[in-house]
Amino acid sequence: MKIIILGAGQVGSSVAESLVSEANDITMVDVDPNRLALLQDRLDLRTVAGNASHPSVLVNAGAEDADMILAVTEHDETNLVACKLAATLFNTPTKIARIRSAEYLKHPEIFSTQNFCVDFAICPEQILTEYIEKLIEFPEALQVLDFAAGRVRLVAVRALKGGSLVGQQLQELRKHVPNVDTRVAAIFRKDRPIIPEGDTIIEAEDEVFFIAAAEDIRIVMRELRKMDKPVKRVMIAGGGKIGKRLGETLEKDYQVRIIEHNYQASERLAAELNNVLVLHGDATDETLLESENIAEMDMFCALTNDDENNIMSALLAKRMGAHKVISLINRRAYVDLVQSSGIDIAISPAQVTIGSLLAYVRHGDVAAVHSLRRGAAEALELVAHGDAKSSNVVGRKIEEIKLPKGATIGAVVRGLPKTTGIFGENLFAEQGTASRASSNNAQVIIAHHDTVIETEDHVILFVINRKMIREVEKLFQVNVGFL
Amino acid sequence: MSRLFAVVNVLGKMILVFGLTMLVPLGLALWGNDGARFVFEASILITMSSGLFMWLVTRRYKRELQTRDGFLLVVLVWSVLPVFAMLPLLFYLPELNLSMAYFEAVSGLTATGGTVLTGLDALPPSINLWRGEIVWLGGMGLIVLAVAILPLLGVGGRQMLKAEIPGPMKENKLTPRIAETAKGLWSVYAGLTLICILAYKWAGMDWFDAVMHAFTTLGLGGFSSHDASYGYWNSPRIELVAIIFMLIAGINFATHFLAWRAKSLISYRYDSEVGLYVMIVLGSCIGLAFYLWFVDIYTDPLTALRYAAFNIVSVATTTGYSNTDYSLWPIFIPLWMLFLSGFCTSSGSTGGGIKMMRARILYQQVYREMLTIMHPNAVIPAKLGGNVVAGRVVFAVLVFLFVYIASIVLMTLILTLSGLDVITSFSAAVACINNLGPGLGNIGPATTYASLTDLQIWVCSFAMLLGRLEFFTLLVIFTPAFWRK
Repeated sequence: MKIIILGAGQVGSSVAESLVSEANDITMVDVDPNRLALLQDRLDLRTVAGNASHPSVLVNAGAEDADMILAVTEHDETNLVACKLAATLFNTPTKIARIRSAEYLKHPEIFSTQNFCVDFAICPEQILTEYIEKLIEFPEALQVLDFAAGRVRLVAVRALKGGSLVGQQLQELRKHVPNVDTRVAAIFRKDRPIIPEGDTIIEAEDEVFFIAAAEDIRIVMRELRKMDKPVKRVMIAGGGKIGKRLGETLEKDYQVRIIEHNYQASERLAAELNNVLVLHGDATDETLLESENIAEMDMFCALTNDDENNIMSALLAKRMGAHKVISLINRRAYVDLVQSSGIDIAISPAQVTIGSLLAYVRHGDVAAVHSLRRGAAEALELVAHGDAKSSNVVGRKIEEIKLPKGATIGAVVRGLPKTTGIFGENLFAEQGTASRASSNNAQVIIAHHDTVIETEDHVILFVINRKMIREVEKLFQVNVGFL
Repeated sequence: MSRLFAVVNVLGKMILVFGLTMLVPLGLALWGNDGARFVFEASILITMSSGLFMWLVTRRYKRELQTRDGFLLVVLVWSVLPVFAMLPLLFYLPELNLSMAYFEAVSGLTATGGTVLTGLDALPPSINLWRGEIVWLGGMGLIVLAVAILPLLGVGGRQMLKAEIPGPMKENKLTPRIAETAKGLWSVYAGLTLICILAYKWAGMDWFDAVMHAFTTLGLGGFSSHDASYGYWNSPRIELVAIIFMLIAGINFATHFLAWRAKSLISYRYDSEVGLYVMIVLGSCIGLAFYLWFVDIYTDPLTALRYAAFNIVSVATTTGYSNTDYSLWPIFIPLWMLFLSGFCTSSGSTGGGIKMMRARILYQQVYREMLTIMHPNAVIPAKLGGNVVAGRVVFAVLVFLFVYIASIVLMTLILTLSGLDVITSFSAAVACINNLGPGLGNIGPATTYASLTDLQIWVCSFAMLLGRLEFFTLLVIFTPAFWRK
């Protein structure tokens, strides 16, 4: 595919990196030639320096025969104009824009083909906020990912002593909780994947990925570790876009405190949030943390845009007694560095948001993609089309499908309306709730070896290694004869 | 001096127009032949010729008014117009001395409602109508009226409007043009008055009383054409109409205007004062009714509720009607009522006191202080209905409260020094500064201010003006800096 990426920032370069490795033709556009030069040294792509909202620059980037435009510059306005230009001048088939400002997102109609022609609007801050929100809802989990508009969830959890399943074979799970259907998709032991079988024994410190219907998650987690008490008090370091959004979503149900070092910003924050205590100060200042009772905090989230600050404040908070600490870390090297250092969860914003972008680039009908374990593994929601003749999947039992080793089908969701799951669910709250309501009669089937896939089923797959993805995608593609 | 002359020029025009408003009672006097015809003819002649004289003499000083001139004009309008408004009373009642007549006129224009007259039922209807009319004109504001109907204030009109409209935040314009805003406010005011007249008529008043009492109800003034006030009718239905319209007049007229323009009640939900105001007033009614029933003042709970509701709403909205002598109730109740009158009505309403908005800001400030003790680093803005109140405004409100309390204390002290007892002095200070009307003791709801000496009467007149113009507009005139070039 020929893809033009506008904006070589954090998200732009991570997407480029991941797409280059999947054999796409990437052209990168940015105003800063130095940044482009750095990128070109590292990745196999073309670069064009210039303003992404100028037609001549787009022509230079090859917009005339591009299959997709990914507008992820730092300005919403540039992204919107670029999509409109691509539609008007070059008739580009797919136009994706990053829109950060809630002002625009509040009016989805401006993205329509009569207006700005944005096929998909992505708000990374919103995706990140929802990601963290779920971690606060399930403080025991390392990762909670939604599929099929929230009907099915993939949860990563570290097995700990005290869980009734720890030290026992996986097949015991069914005896422990006979009413709950779940499937363990993968186990990582000391960072090495184990393909789970019925007789696999779960050890403490294993990282277990399991798939279950949304309402069963807590029951399964209880098997793997002892449960924490529900989160009540949350402290957020950094009142930027993410901090503010998180504060907004949490303020109704939790006691939230936000620390912001810029006085003007904290004043604005305090003006816009009603039930949040805004503190002006430095999140790495131990006297401030002390006086704000850090030891009583159930969750500490370091969400500034400075990696070093996040790491230090999170470590400090953990040392001073915060129950659980989460830190945003942009630099990949740091993520590896802080593993097992005391920070409970390190979140790489690019990894979290990239999945939403990848869902469009992938071949076949992909409803959702989530990167796992820093991009090494992936979980996908694919829609099966065709019939027994034209498809390699439909009409077959799971044991008959020739999946590559390391890929597991975790669950099947049947009866979702066609439009849901096509990525929209994370974008606008209204759409999300609408799709959730309309998918109420959808049926969640946890995969067993004899489950038969039907056409239009949403199949949730777990892939240990990203290299297998092409193969999986091919499997789900409908043979040409069908068309 | 040229500043004074420029202001007097505008004042002259306003007096001229004010003279025209006396045509209304004159018309009634002619039609009803009630014997007050010559009184009004003379008053109109004096008023209009004085106005004309002031206007013509200062004609060559005419210029666009500046902010400072605005303060001067507002103060002059509010202190000079009563001089003309008292003329009919002075002429008709020769035994009334000058300070008493001036007090009555100020009490009317500031919508206070404390009276020095007895034998109201025997007065000609035209005189009583005039008393009602000045309450109505002053209730919404004389400058607001001038801006709405006379294009004579020019750009400076906004400054003067700010100096007159009560409340801490006045930047919120309803329409792009100030004259349109003023017209809108007056239309809503007049419209509500009309509805009120019809409601009173329906409830059982005759046409004259309906008009006169609708004027004083919407203006939250409290003048009545009967010595017994609402006790004259002894009708729960009339009292219910009065309660409803007093409550309505205690709400910001800008909110009424928005509701009327949008044809929906949604604007009341976004008003930061209405909810609390209604809750506090109605809550007090129920609580005090229960108390009255409990201590056996009234043996029937519904009767207790009727008397409690009417008198409490009347006092809390700073109207000043009564249907019984509530000063005979246990002292806690009248004191609580005086306390309510201090803060219940909304900014931009026709009521007095410090206004609900300032009360809420003060409460917020107290909360902020306490939270700051626990969280020294916390950034806590004062908020009203989700909007941040600027630090400057909070500060201004604190200063306002200080001046308010200092004025009450000072007035009380002066009145006790002049020989009044403490309860009368204190309640007179509160009732005048809140533009409420009746107090307790010698000036209770069953009596009048007539027993006060001339000095005490002048102090009370000044207190009413002070309260109506919210202190600073009036006090700024007395600072030397104001007069410096």
